[in-house]
Amino acid sequence: MNNILVYCEIENGRVADVSLELLTKGRGLAAQLGCKVEALAVGSKLSDVEKELMRYGAHIVHVADDERLDPFRTLPHAAIITGVIKTEQPQIVLFGATSVGRDLAPRVSSALKSGLTADCTSLEIGNHTDAKGNSYTNLLYQIRPAFGGNIIATIINPDHRPQMATVREGVMKKEPLPAPVQGDVKKVEVKKYLQDADFAVRIIERHIEDRKIDIKGASIVVAGGYGVGSKENFKQLFDLAAVLGAEVGASRAAVDAGFADNARQVGQTGVTVRPKLYIACGISGQIQHTAGMDQSAIVISINTDANAPINQLADYAIVGDMNEVIPKMMKSYRENSR
Amino acid sequence: MTTSLKIVVLAKQVPDTRNVGKNAMKEDGTVNRAALPAIFNPEDLNALEQALRLKDRYPGTTVHLLTMGPGRAADVIREGLFRGADGGVLLTDRKFAGADTLATSYALAQALRKLQPHIVIAGRQAIDGDTAQVGPQVAEKLGWPQVTYAEEITSYDGKEMVIKRRLERGVETVSATLPLVVTVHASAPDCRPRHAKQLLKYKYAKTLTEIQEAGADYDADLKNADYLRIPEWGVADVGGEETQFGLSGSPTKVKKIENIVFQAKESKKLTAADGDIDGLIKELMANHTIG
Repeated sequence: MNNILVYCEIENGRVADVSLELLTKGRGLAAQLGCKVEALAVGSKLSDVEKELMRYGAHIVHVADDERLDPFRTLPHAAIITGVIKTEQPQIVLFGATSVGRDLAPRVSSALKSGLTADCTSLEIGNHTDAKGNSYTNLLYQIRPAFGGNIIATIINPDHRPQMATVREGVMKKEPLPAPVQGDVKKVEVKKYLQDADFAVRIIERHIEDRKIDIKGASIVVAGGYGVGSKENFKQLFDLAAVLGAEVGASRAAVDAGFADNARQVGQTGVTVRPKLYIACGISGQIQHTAGMDQSAIVISINTDANAPINQLADYAIVGDMNEVIPKMMKSYRENSR
Repeated sequence: MTTSLKIVVLAKQVPDTRNVGKNAMKEDGTVNRAALPAIFNPEDLNALEQALRLKDRYPGTTVHLLTMGPGRAADVIREGLFRGADGGVLLTDRKFAGADTLATSYALAQALRKLQPHIVIAGRQAIDGDTAQVGPQVAEKLGWPQVTYAEEITSYDGKEMVIKRRLERGVETVSATLPLVVTVHASAPDCRPRHAKQLLKYKYAKTLTEIQEAGADYDADLKNADYLRIPEWGVADVGGEETQFGLSGSPTKVKKIENIVFQAKESKKLTAADGDIDGLIKELMANHTIG
C-alpha cells in the first residue's frame, strides 16, 4: 500500500511540534485515502522515539539511528530519506517548513524527480481532470499563497510520486490519539545509504536558542509591522505586551527590516497564531501576514492609513499613530484594572 | 594553493510583490500583476554582494550572473555588471517556459555544467514564489553539497570555505569543500550600489536579440567590445533531455488560482482620541478579552 510518510524532525532529542502536527494531519488524509501513516525519524540516540510518533498515529516508524546523523546535515539526511522513499514508495511525503525541512525537501525532490510544494497552508484530497481529458482520483491538493500572498494557488502532482509538500509550524493542529497505535518499528540500515561524500560539510559551531519566544501559545499577541518604523519603536509593543500579558509578534517586513527577531514572525513564512486578541500596529495587512493571524478571535488594528487592508479584517480599526495610541491603551488599562 | 575563484551568481527578475500599491489593484480588488515593477530579486542581491566580497578578497576571482527568463531579464545581468560583476548569461527559450522549480533547476544546472564555476551563490528564495527550492535542487542536480541560509562567507583557504548560516532559532558555522552551492539569507549585508566606472563600461551591454533590434550599426560598434555582448543560451546551447525543460519537465501543475479579494467586514472605526481608546479598553475588559 502506498502510504503517507512524515519526515520527523528531532530537536534536542525531542520530536519537533511541526512533525507531530503533520502526523495529525496525515491521519486525516490517510483516512480519506484508505492508507496508513508512516513516520521517519533520522538522528542519534533515538530509542523510544516511536512511542510518541505512534501516539500521533504512525503505524510504521522508520528509525535511522547513527551518531553521524545528529546534528542535522543536509546530505546524509537527504540520502537516507531518498533511500527510504524509494523502498517504501509512499504516495505522499510531508516535511515541516522549518530551516531543516526547507533545506532538505527540495534536495530530496530533485533526487526523486518529484514535485514539491513549499509552505502549504492547507492540504486536501481531491480529483482532477486535465485539459486532455485524463482524469485522476485522490490527488493531494497542495494549497498555498503565492505571489507575495496576493493569490492562493492549488498545486497538484498528477503524474509523479510521491507528492511532496512542506507545511509551516502551527498551521496544522497537533492532537494525540486517545490510545497509541500498536505499530511496527523498522530499523533503517543507515550504512547502506551513506557515502563519505555525504559528510562534505562539517559543522564547526552551533548556537541554537531554546524556544523562549512562544507567540503560538500566547492568548494575546501584540504585533508590529514595517509601519512601526524602528527597533526602538518596537519597544513600545513590548511595553504594551508586558502590561497585557501578551507576546510580541511581527510582520515579515518588520523582521526583514531588523525590527524584530525571526522567531516572532507571524504569517505564511512565519508562525500561524490563533489568539483571542491580536493587536496589529503599523501592519498593512498583506495576505502573507494575514494568513498567519486571520483566525484570531478579535483583531485591533492601529494604523495611520485608514485604507490599510488590515482594517477590513479588524474588528476595531484605530486610525492613528501608535506612538500616541499605545501609551493611551496602557494608561487606560492600568486605571480600569484598579 | 590558489584562492582565485570562478563564481556564478544565480539571479532572478521578479515582480515587486512586497509593495502592492493601489495602482496595482484592479477594480475587483485583485492584483494586476502586469502593473508591478520588475526588480532584481532582493536575496539574489545579497548573494551578489557575497560573491563580490570574495572577488575583493581573492585576486583573480571572477563573478558571472546566470538568469533565466524572457528577454527583459537581461536587466538583471546589466544591474549585476554595474555593481561589479564580470559578465553574465541569459537563459532564454520558449522551451523553458512554464517551468516549476524542478525544471528551472534542471535548466540552470545544465548551463552551470557549461560554465564550470567553483562555487554557485544564489539568494535563499525569490519573492514571487518564496519556495527556497531552486538552490538545493541545483546542488542536487550537480551532485554538489549545499550550504543554505548563509549570512557570511568568513574565509576560504583554497580548499575549505567557512560559512556562517542563519537558522530560524540560531546560527551555525560550517566548513565545506568546493565545488559548492551556497544560498544567501536576507540578513546578509546589502549589496553595494552601482559603481560609476562599471556603469560607464557596461552601459551599452546588450543581448544578441537586443543588438539585432538595435541594428547593424550597433553591432558594428561592438566589434572590439565583445564584453558588451551578453550571451543568450537556449535549450540547444545547454543540451540535455528536452522533456526535462519547461512545462513538460515540471511535475507540479497549477490546478487553480484564486485571486485574493479584500473583503470588508464590519469593523468599528476608532480614532486616537482618549475617549475612543478608553472605551475600547473598557469593552475588552468587560468581555474578559483582557484582564
